[in-house]
Amino acid sequence: MTDSFYRRALSFTNARLWKLVHVDVLLMGALLLLICGGLFILYSASGQNVAMVERQVFRLVIGLMICVALAQLPPKYMRRASPALFIFISVLLVCVLLFGVGAKGAQRWLALPGGLRFQPSEIMKIVMPMMIAWYFSDKQLPPNFKQILAVLGLIVLPVLMIAKQPDLGTALLVAVSGVFVLFLAGLGWRYILGATALAPAAAYTLWQFMHDYQRQRVLTFLNPESDPLGSGWNIIQSKTAIGSGGLYGKGFLQGTQAQLDFLPESHTDFIIAVLAEEFGMLGCGVLILAYFLVIARGLYIAAYAEDNYARLLAGSLTLTFFVYMFVNIGMVSGILPVVGVPLPLVSYGGTSIITIMATFGILMSIQTHKRAR
Amino acid sequence: MSRRHQNFRNYRQEQRLTQQRVFAAAIFVLLMAIVLMARLFYLQVIEHELYQTKANDNRVMLVTEPPPRGLIYDRNGLVLADNRPIHSLTVIPERVESFPKLKQMLSGIIDISDDEWEDFDERRKEYRRPYQSLTLKSQLTDEEWAKVSVDLYKLDGVQVEAQLTRYYPYGEAFAHAIGYVGRITSKDLETVDKLAYQGALFIGKTGVEGYYEKTLFGEAGLSKVEVNARGRIMSELERQNPTPGKDLHLYLDARLQQYAYDLLGDYTGAVVAIDPTTGGILALVSKPGYDPNLFVRGISIDDYAKLRQSKKLPLFNRALRGGYPPASTIKPFMGLAGLEYGFSSWTERYFAKGYYQINPDGRRYRDWKRTGHGWINLERSIIESVDTYYYQLANKMGITPIHNFLTRFGFGQTTLLDLNGESHGLLPSNEWKKAKYKEPWYPGDSVNVGIGQGFMVATPLQIASATSALASKGHYFYPRMTQLVGDKIIEFPDGLGDEHDIVLKDQRNWGRMIDAMRKVITDSHGTARRLQGTDYEIAGKTGTGQVFSLQEDQEYDADSLEKRLHDHALFIGFAPAGNPKISVFAIFENGGSSSKPADLTKALFDAYLHDDYPARYDYLKGDKND
Repeated sequence: MTDSFYRRALSFTNARLWKLVHVDVLLMGALLLLICGGLFILYSASGQNVAMVERQVFRLVIGLMICVALAQLPPKYMRRASPALFIFISVLLVCVLLFGVGAKGAQRWLALPGGLRFQPSEIMKIVMPMMIAWYFSDKQLPPNFKQILAVLGLIVLPVLMIAKQPDLGTALLVAVSGVFVLFLAGLGWRYILGATALAPAAAYTLWQFMHDYQRQRVLTFLNPESDPLGSGWNIIQSKTAIGSGGLYGKGFLQGTQAQLDFLPESHTDFIIAVLAEEFGMLGCGVLILAYFLVIARGLYIAAYAEDNYARLLAGSLTLTFFVYMFVNIGMVSGILPVVGVPLPLVSYGGTSIITIMATFGILMSIQTHKRAR
Repeated sequence: MSRRHQNFRNYRQEQRLTQQRVFAAAIFVLLMAIVLMARLFYLQVIEHELYQTKANDNRVMLVTEPPPRGLIYDRNGLVLADNRPIHSLTVIPERVESFPKLKQMLSGIIDISDDEWEDFDERRKEYRRPYQSLTLKSQLTDEEWAKVSVDLYKLDGVQVEAQLTRYYPYGEAFAHAIGYVGRITSKDLETVDKLAYQGALFIGKTGVEGYYEKTLFGEAGLSKVEVNARGRIMSELERQNPTPGKDLHLYLDARLQQYAYDLLGDYTGAVVAIDPTTGGILALVSKPGYDPNLFVRGISIDDYAKLRQSKKLPLFNRALRGGYPPASTIKPFMGLAGLEYGFSSWTERYFAKGYYQINPDGRRYRDWKRTGHGWINLERSIIESVDTYYYQLANKMGITPIHNFLTRFGFGQTTLLDLNGESHGLLPSNEWKKAKYKEPWYPGDSVNVGIGQGFMVATPLQIASATSALASKGHYFYPRMTQLVGDKIIEFPDGLGDEHDIVLKDQRNWGRMIDAMRKVITDSHGTARRLQGTDYEIAGKTGTGQVFSLQEDQEYDADSLEKRLHDHALFIGFAPAGNPKISVFAIFENGGSSSKPADLTKALFDAYLHDDYPARYDYLKGDKND
């Protein structure tokens, strides 16, 4: 039934043409819906800064171009390139630790000639699941214990390097993207339950490795009112923005928290609070629905992908995208600590848009290069 | 081999496994989405009102606009306390990234002293409304203002604000009468409406400024404004204009005040002049004074230490708080007391030797005239200031009638209506001595009080207002500073300021005592005969007080040993004697002979009664004189 619904939807356009240019119409449609809504919010969140919106449009266009370009590349080439890419990016991560540049005590970028900056950890979010998916591509699933250990080893090294920069948010996302592959590959439930049981111990270990400012974030999350003008300010103001929006919101450009600058980082990490204030729970519901459409299509692609590599990769990338969204909305609404994760495709900012659009390029490639059955 | 191996793999099963996992993940995603929606529901629906209120608290701020402070005028319309526009360098600490950096940048532009920085840093740490500016340096010169303005764009959080500041154009001679305003301290805020004073720079601390704080302050304007997170006002939602403070018109005569201050010369001392027809204080001088403007600006620790440690006690208001023996200036009152209770009469004669003894072999209480005055009566005792007459009179009366009678003239009490900080002085009594020393009152104690010495201590204001009551033949006014508030005659609560009459058993005694005091000047033996030669009549009485130290301050005694051996020189007087318009008390501390205060008093009379001040005081004339 679902299949016939999609067919009918596709029949409105020339399905063959889309297949030819390797664009998945449903995924692209959901993405464009999300992107347009995001630009609309950004216009308000930036204080009606048209130049900022234009820059964001520019980035999104670049992202879309990369997305479509990657979609042309058959998955088998990706699979073959995976180990080399993984090694290359890992070497770059070592370079970041050695020669990296950055600000505020974090060393996250590599300076390229011509004043450009490049953040290898961001690429790792894609390369990590590629690597693990490649590892499983010629093995029988579910993985055995030895394979699980090997995979964990592959995950841990880059994650530690990223955590050392320090960039805990990205490190966690990279780790999660690898773990998702493991999960999709059929990691035994007893392992999953065991890991869940060990979580408190892991959390304690993590705490030991954290920098002071990271610990502070966690403490602030636990009790924002402890420092209302300092580190607690962000979360208090964002909760106030969200809560004061109510069911229907205060109206476009009418949010006092956002427009009077009480809301910090309103155009980047905390942009959902602007939506929540101006369009209320209704607006948030629509946004989450848009994300859900994207994720649903991504999972569908994963479920019906051609081989293990494609399935595992597509599934992991989609789930990582979800984690992005969940962590961001969770932290802005105060159920997760503030970890500097942008709202994917909506927050203002360069690097994440490019990698996320690349992700969807890979998904489209997987979907559109299937041999007809 | 690998191909063969793969042949054994069940691709279908592997695909199904992954699909199951994808399905599980989809369920998980759905659940998490529901968690997010539930969280949003909690914040946006259940807790909506709480956050609505919080958002409004954020954006809506009450801003008070300080009203312009009322001015203080002298009797001739001269402004004694003025408001002046100044430009101050203020800082919004929340907008400053780094204070050391700011300090460094500012130091390249204008001079800011370490004191100013210290003071600023201190106030920065006190509780205040976020994003409220703090003054770093007040009263920029035009040059400083220009220099800073050029570089303002580089200095985050720094601005130049125009404000009204208090200014006392005539400085130290007026400090003890007018008082001053100073920066509002957290202690001040306990006594006033915090909201009203939110934007205010100053609060009245002492003198008229302190007493009339409420009147002079007015009512703060209040507006509800919408602000952004940096405290910038975006729009005004509601507004209530400030009501300016009311002006005060004092009885004080600026020229008389300054003249009296100057006439004290290098001496420390006090002069109080009162208009006997109103009780209005024409001059209230305590020398040395200080520059009240120092306190407006915020006095530096060094300057304050200098004032506090000065041996001349410039911060001590001698006119209101100085405890002096009234000495012979008490004699007219003592004489009236004797008449009132029948212990003396105008006709009764007394042989004044060079000393007085209670018992034939007792201690000798010496007269100032070693040889004695011979046969005298009450009138002569005033003219020649015969000590022995008052020794015997006081001894005959005992302390109780003296206490009761002098109480009617305001001794031993505070009587000033509209200034704080007046001291009681000390009018001793039986009960007082018993309570204080656990000893009975001895006749010798009375003898000393008879000539205004011993236990008795009075403030210049008390002696002046008693003199004023005597001048008006018992028509007593509580002394007061203020004539008009705004354009209305001031009314004191509960009829506090009402005048009343001191009625003697024989009202003719007023006139006769005044006659005697007139002869103090006109008689060839009068102690103030040097004041002869005026075209109006002066009534007066001299006094030389044996020094004991100022009650308030023991340290005073410790220095200038030589000078402290000199007697205090006192004088009371009023003129014209028949229809007094001004009564004066003057004291020169350690002034030696009473000629100094007598001359001072005469000079003040000449100037005041003829409106004939030295030309150098023309700048204090005021418009009403033109």
